[in-house]
Amino acid sequence: MASKRRGLPEINAGSMADIAFLLLIFFLVTTTMDVDTGIARKLPPMPEEEQEKPPEIHAKNIYVVLINTHNQLLVEGELMDISQLRDGAKRFINNNGMDPSSSENPEKAIISLQNDRGTEYMTYIRVQNELAAAYNELRNDASLTKFGEHYADLSKTQKKEIRKIYPQKISEAEPKNIGGDS
Amino acid sequence: MNKFRKDGKKGMPAISTASLPDIVFMLLFFFMVTTVMRETTLFVTVLTPKATEIKKMEKKSLVSYIYIGSPIKRMQASYGSAARIQLNDAFASVDEIQEFIATERESRDEKEIPYMTTSIKADETVKMGIITDIKQELRKANALKINYSTRKGNY
Repeated sequence: MASKRRGLPEINAGSMADIAFLLLIFFLVTTTMDVDTGIARKLPPMPEEEQEKPPEIHAKNIYVVLINTHNQLLVEGELMDISQLRDGAKRFINNNGMDPSSSENPEKAIISLQNDRGTEYMTYIRVQNELAAAYNELRNDASLTKFGEHYADLSKTQKKEIRKIYPQKISEAEPKNIGGDS
Repeated sequence: MNKFRKDGKKGMPAISTASLPDIVFMLLFFFMVTTVMRETTLFVTVLTPKATEIKKMEKKSLVSYIYIGSPIKRMQASYGSAARIQLNDAFASVDEIQEFIATERESRDEKEIPYMTTSIKADETVKMGIITDIKQELRKANALKINYSTRKGNY
């Protein structure tokens, strides 16, 4: 009789927090907030049928970078190591007509990239990375002298101004077989 | 005096921990909701190349992924070890990319289509031939914004 009046005993909820913590830790550990990073590029649109003649570009304004099947670089007709590419590209872009065989000014400078079907993806990305780095370093230098700030800290309009001085012009040729298959 | 000494002897009252489970549950639900279980099972091994000039990808919901790499051990018996393309949950050939882009577009709002990006997640040992083919297909499909997925790191 006595127990009936007491009703159900209350369940101890003291360990609820522990259980919740356990679950919480599980989800904390399994959550991967991986931020995807990468090199952003824009592909050229497919050539149209009736295309007007492309504007002629002086050969001296083009910096030709070829990568063969063996992941070797041929830059402007000479064999080059990837580690030198960044400086080479910077020198070419920033030539401003000093060397008559190099670019006239950064706005006209175009980097032409051609790779073989057998080129390793890693090498290709490395070359893309070095070229992007060359442009980024030049932009950074320009923004430091012009605004006294790093390029990353500039406002949108300032960035635009810098980008106008150093437009990133990396052109990729239609696929070809350089250096044969192997 | 009396006013301040009143409950001096009692000491600090114990802080009630009754609401602790609630707080923990709140956190728990937050993590449960934000956790994204990998929606595609990878059939190819992908170790993206390293790069330094990288940018964070924005608007993940507008990104479609193309995986390229050699099939995982379990699948090598039937598919060999040559590099293959994976779209969604299955191996695909290069010709299927245009179709893939079309279906990806259909599932998005019309206004968002110009902002859609294709992320190429390729293994560093992959040859450029397959990448070039994919790029040509993407050009044909008019999906021009691409992103070469890379890790952060120096050589």
